Amino acid sequence: MNFAPTIEAVHHGALLSASEAGPAPKRLVVAYGFWIFLLSDIVMFAAFFAGYAVLVRATAGGPTGAELFDQTNVAIETACLLASSFTCGLMSLAANTRNRVRTYFFALVTFVLGAAILALEIREFGDMIAIGATPHRSAFLSAFFALVGCHGLHVAAGLVWLVVMMAQIATRGFRPAVERRLLCFSLFWHALDIIWVGLFTVVYLMGVSP
Amino acid sequence: MNFLGKLSWDAVPLHEPIIMGTSAVVVLAIVFILGWIVLKGYLPYLWREWITSVDHKRIGVMYIVLALLMLLRGFADGIMMRSQQAVAAGGAQGYLPPEHFDQIFSAHGTIMIFFVAMPLVIGLMNFAVPLQLGVRDVAFPTLNSVSFWLTASGVLLTNISLAVGEFSKAGWVAYPPLSGLQFSPGVGVDYYLWALQISGIGTLLSGINFVTTILKMRAPGMGLMHMPVFCWTALASNLLIVAAFPVLTVTFAMLLLDRYLDFHFFTIDAGGNPMMYVNLFWVWGHPEVYILVLPAFGIYSEVSATFSGKPLFGYRSMVAATMTISILAYTVWLHHFFTMGASANINAFFGVMSMIIAVPTGVKIFNWLFTMYGGRVRFTVPVLWTIGFMVTFVLGGLTGVLLAVPPIDFQMHNSLFLVAHFHHVIIPGVVFGAFAGYHYWFPKAFGFTLDERWGRRSFWCWFIGFHLAFMPLYVVGLMGMTRRMQHYDNLDWQPWLMVAGIGAVVILAGIVCQVVQLVVSIRDREQNRDLTGDPWNGRTLEWSTASPPPAWNFAVLPYAAETDTFWNRKQRARGKRDERAQEREYDPIEMPKNSPTGFVTAFFAVVTGFALIWHIWWMAGLGAFGALVTFLVFAFRHEDEIEIPAEQIARFDRAHPVGVVI
Repeated sequence: MNFAPTIEAVHHGALLSASEAGPAPKRLVVAYGFWIFLLSDIVMFAAFFAGYAVLVRATAGGPTGAELFDQTNVAIETACLLASSFTCGLMSLAANTRNRVRTYFFALVTFVLGAAILALEIREFGDMIAIGATPHRSAFLSAFFALVGCHGLHVAAGLVWLVVMMAQIATRGFRPAVERRLLCFSLFWHALDIIWVGLFTVVYLMGVSP
Repeated sequence: MNFLGKLSWDAVPLHEPIIMGTSAVVVLAIVFILGWIVLKGYLPYLWREWITSVDHKRIGVMYIVLALLMLLRGFADGIMMRSQQAVAAGGAQGYLPPEHFDQIFSAHGTIMIFFVAMPLVIGLMNFAVPLQLGVRDVAFPTLNSVSFWLTASGVLLTNISLAVGEFSKAGWVAYPPLSGLQFSPGVGVDYYLWALQISGIGTLLSGINFVTTILKMRAPGMGLMHMPVFCWTALASNLLIVAAFPVLTVTFAMLLLDRYLDFHFFTIDAGGNPMMYVNLFWVWGHPEVYILVLPAFGIYSEVSATFSGKPLFGYRSMVAATMTISILAYTVWLHHFFTMGASANINAFFGVMSMIIAVPTGVKIFNWLFTMYGGRVRFTVPVLWTIGFMVTFVLGGLTGVLLAVPPIDFQMHNSLFLVAHFHHVIIPGVVFGAFAGYHYWFPKAFGFTLDERWGRRSFWCWFIGFHLAFMPLYVVGLMGMTRRMQHYDNLDWQPWLMVAGIGAVVILAGIVCQVVQLVVSIRDREQNRDLTGDPWNGRTLEWSTASPPPAWNFAVLPYAAETDTFWNRKQRARGKRDERAQEREYDPIEMPKNSPTGFVTAFFAVVTGFALIWHIWWMAGLGAFGALVTFLVFAFRHEDEIEIPAEQIARFDRAHPVGVVI
């Protein structure tokens, strides 16, 4: 958005504060809007967390978290996710220097780590369903599958997004629009990490405590 | 597995004359209008200038048209309920069988909240906020179009339910276990859920868009404390949308999981907890009340200041009250179900909070009164709506304070006293405000003012009709009548319900007056042209540009370092010719390009929603795939902006001279 400072603006003399400087540059507007979206996404997870907290003891005679959760599996998932956040950061740095090869490389590592989490999550779900711990066994399991599954869906969406971003860099190069989207992607990916920390604590750590 | 899932010819209620008659009329009307548009060759114009438009003003107008059409549908439901209850006493059964009556009250509430009040409020914000902020569009124009079309998708699905299948019979709140699969096996609740999920996403995107716009895109010089109060209330409302709508999405997602995949969130077996639904629903539902009413408060603020010729009394306290309400909105949800049986302490806490939230609202009422006090009030139609609101809303608010006392609520819960109360706050609070805004900004949108005479008639019909229709409900509520009764045996209630029915007819007269007003105003538009861009002697930036404004709103972004900048400039320039209008220099402007993304997304949303409702899985997959492809096409677009040459802007400004230049 272009604006020419008018005569009055010059007369006022003093430098304008950020809040009075007129419309923000597009990069700031997009990033800010995406932050607001992430906040709404976190509110969404908060509601799933609340549902889980209400229903966690409602096992209806079925298996409890302590009987189901495999600590090793969760530890590997957490390690993958934290590592993928780190490689996502490296990807952003590579994109900032407009180094295509490094960007692709770290995007690939991020993708592999993300896919690994998803695979582990699907395996965990599969193992649970195999022993009869399905979402319709109890309210606790419904809440568990919905909360963890929602995170898994976000990871899956993130992976698709990452592939699209790489296709955009390949076909369009580092244009401002592509760079803005890459910035939003990394915000998204780190936010998923934060949500996982909450999930890890509330579901898996508190779930096995007596 | 059936190719079309649960869908078959049995889904069309051929044996119901009322439904089939209505559907036939609606379908014929749509076919007639579409045929007329196509035959007259208006389709390319419609596609180019409206359907694919990403201009916030156009989108705002479309939201309001949608809302007014749905007001007719929601009102038809309302007057059917009033007439049924006026006659179905004792031995008489009325003309609506129970399963039809249940759909009507569910549809009435759903439509009025989600498809009338919300689009009215969002439409007015869309139209006015960027103009008041002195900028050229919202932060994300294409997303704005997607929001609108997703809302329209929800509307379409709700209306399809009229002719194909059925609507929910579980009330507009759809509490489980009644709304669960066990007790509502039909498609009604699925229509309700998918329509609201789709339109809810649209609303959430609007919220994100407007928070970003208001906080990051204001005219140079406009600090937060220089914003018009309507922008403040819009900010509060959209912050509430961002924080509340995700909760509704989750709540409905849980109910959908229960219904589709045999989960146990809200079932009565396997540890499910139906009261959790009620809690989650109202964690969204109470803030929703303020999402609707705060922008209306903003409109009343603009109207009372403009037509009193005075600055708004207590601008800072108005801002503080608005933001206080938006925080307290999250601390009162439990008052919707004191009878849940939470402990006395919990009920006491929520009771006290509910009374406290009346305080900032009271501050606002006094601010409006003091704004008018000592002013030269021009009694135009928007002012009538404002005064009518204040008189009515204070009483409605007081019955709310009564209901906030838990022991009283135990008596009144789910009675018609409650129904009277929430209509008593929402109709004056939201609907009157939206009508005031409609009359106030109409000349800005279309370049001519609305007819005052028919507007006044409409106001008086609404005002009198409202009191006739809802005051008797307090009385029958106190006499013990519960809500949602298709039939009752207590003949003492009947006279009151007959009066209420007459009230509904008077409101109908008010709506007819509004239709006539629109027709008369369009007919007489040449006499009522607004050539100055400032028909009301306004105070805020939207009145400093032409009516209707050009696509770019402002040729040069205004510099607005004080509240009521436009008003102050007019005062200073009084009697003097504004020199700066002549020596202006114009730069080319980049404007966002039209995009069919919103419309195409909405098409696939309707396909997916309809398929999910009827369990047509292949079609749902196809719809979702189509939406994904649309998204990818949009993401790989080449150019999303066009440049408007400086010469074109200069030509427009020469053709539309305005009083003062900011």
